[in-house]
Amino acid sequence: MKAWHFSENAYPYLPPADEYPSIRVSLPNRHYDPEKGAALYDRFLDEWLIAEDEGMEIMLNEHHQTATCVDPAAPLVLAALARLSKKARLLILGNPIANRRQPVRVAEEMAMVDVLSRGRLEAGFVRGVPYEVLPANSNPVRMNEREWEALDLIIKAWTTHDGPFSHEGRFFHYRAVNIWPRCYQQPHPPIWISTTSPGGAAHVGARGFVQATFLTGFDGTRAIYDAYRRGWREAGRGQDVPAHRLAYAAMVYTAPNEADARAGAEKLLWYITSNKVPPHFANPPGYVPVQANVAMLRGAEHPLSAFRKSASVEGAIEAGIMFAGTPDQVYRQMKRLYDHVGGFGHLLIMGQAGFLEHDDTVLGIRTFARELYPRLKEEFPDTALTGLSLRGA
Amino acid sequence: MQRQVLAIAGVELELFEAGEGPPILFLHNGGGFSPDQPFVALLSARHRLIAPSHPGFGRSSLPDWLDSCDDVAYVHLALMDRLGLRQADIIGCSIGGWIAAELATKAPERVRKLVLVAPEGVKVGPPDRLDIPDIYAMPADELERISYHDPVQMQVDPSRLSDEELAIRVRNRETTALLVWEPYMHNPKLRRRLHRVTAPTLFLRGESDGLVPADYIAAYAGLLPNARVETMHAAGHSPHLEQPEAFGRTVLQFLEAAR
Repeated sequence: MKAWHFSENAYPYLPPADEYPSIRVSLPNRHYDPEKGAALYDRFLDEWLIAEDEGMEIMLNEHHQTATCVDPAAPLVLAALARLSKKARLLILGNPIANRRQPVRVAEEMAMVDVLSRGRLEAGFVRGVPYEVLPANSNPVRMNEREWEALDLIIKAWTTHDGPFSHEGRFFHYRAVNIWPRCYQQPHPPIWISTTSPGGAAHVGARGFVQATFLTGFDGTRAIYDAYRRGWREAGRGQDVPAHRLAYAAMVYTAPNEADARAGAEKLLWYITSNKVPPHFANPPGYVPVQANVAMLRGAEHPLSAFRKSASVEGAIEAGIMFAGTPDQVYRQMKRLYDHVGGFGHLLIMGQAGFLEHDDTVLGIRTFARELYPRLKEEFPDTALTGLSLRGA
Repeated sequence: MQRQVLAIAGVELELFEAGEGPPILFLHNGGGFSPDQPFVALLSARHRLIAPSHPGFGRSSLPDWLDSCDDVAYVHLALMDRLGLRQADIIGCSIGGWIAAELATKAPERVRKLVLVAPEGVKVGPPDRLDIPDIYAMPADELERISYHDPVQMQVDPSRLSDEELAIRVRNRETTALLVWEPYMHNPKLRRRLHRVTAPTLFLRGESDGLVPADYIAAYAGLLPNARVETMHAAGHSPHLEQPEAFGRTVLQFLEAAR
């Protein structure tokens, strides 16, 4: 089991939420104070480095036009981390390649970070959440097709070493692709993909990339992992699916005593409660399949939006999207999800949110790293297989 | 109406037809065509009304290469070829008007008279202002409010629709986004091509249309050599749905007048 400290670089100093219709896309940046923002960047970089000192790996992501994640150019922060950190793996999850118009530029950025970090890059790719299409002016229809064409082009750019090649595809056109530098890792850095749908996961499994999923809880995660394992096996990769191919992101807060853990967990809920987004940003046409939209018109609700309305620490733990408590409690909560979904090899720890201050964030990192992480590494070794407990189920 | 599906230019194209007489090719808006829309009987009383569902709308397929109103115009030209229509009157509503304008620039001789009902398709305003408000950045009720003269009257209750009807509405919305997303609601080349459209052209705009402004329609009409504008009362962006009788009357008068 590898554990990753993930911080969204949130900017929490906002007016009351009833004074704005959306925290994403349209919230005016007059609410952003660059002095406070600079202090936050310093702080979040420090926290990543503390996590590294404690033996954890580093993860970051990218969003646009939002106070929830003021990291609109994740490769820039990644480049800083490549020089500031010394040993941690550096996971960007990820590059929103359905919204990036120049996949070859993404290949260059990632190759550069891989060299800067001397081969510590884990290169993640995402389709991008629905609120990203307006900031990127990116057509919400056919995003999956764009993502996969971009990814294949990036891999080819990474692995071609004999001069220019051309690409005249459906969405992207290049006459002479020949990136400098080439990647440090050979043939290229490990590739991660995030998906919240089983259909996507089967495809990721067939390709053998690392599959990450965010806050999908017990049954959602199990369906995604099942699809991944099916895709893996059907593609002839063998019956055994290594656990290190699967990752799960949850809000995690570990503290020596229940009271501190509870206080930290309450603050972590900001991840969910702050995400005020109206439906027209949250569900642009074409982002989800027609049948999913029909179900929504019939009254179905996304589990996370339903949860947001009555968010509580207990509810989040019950849903499997948060692990919070003493090291022993966090262990048991995580083990319960681990067993239900068939196992996974990476815990992506959403360990900072909103008003969780530096000292509290560090307490969560240190308690986890010192009191729980060794036990996780021992009980869930990187060589574990996934899905075994579910066979015949 | 008679319904059939024709294989046209790689598209399984759904086609409705009713009536006899001089042909009218009706190109629907982003909401799609339905044979029970009230203007159908008026137009098909003295004309052969031909109404395809654009690719990706209704029950028409959407080929993976198709992503613009320009593409759709070529499909409908191929449909005219298939039906042996050397020339037809063409009515297009909203993005159907945009498609009709594209078609007319490609083959002006195929268009006898042209009716463009609140069409999009050109960019006439400054770069720092959208000509058409961003329908993807506003709440659904706001979109309804600016789309109709009487939004309450035009409201559709999803619970009264079948799953298939709902799926068609969702898919129509999806294909509309595919076609209009970027550049938003226009083809930068179209305005440089409209000089070719020699057919007498009538622009219709509902007085309460909050999507397509009056000055936009005036500028659009100014790009065609033989166009005029009429405003329809008590109507928004879809006068053919809100004022079907006045719409039918106005259109037939224009089409049947001596040239």
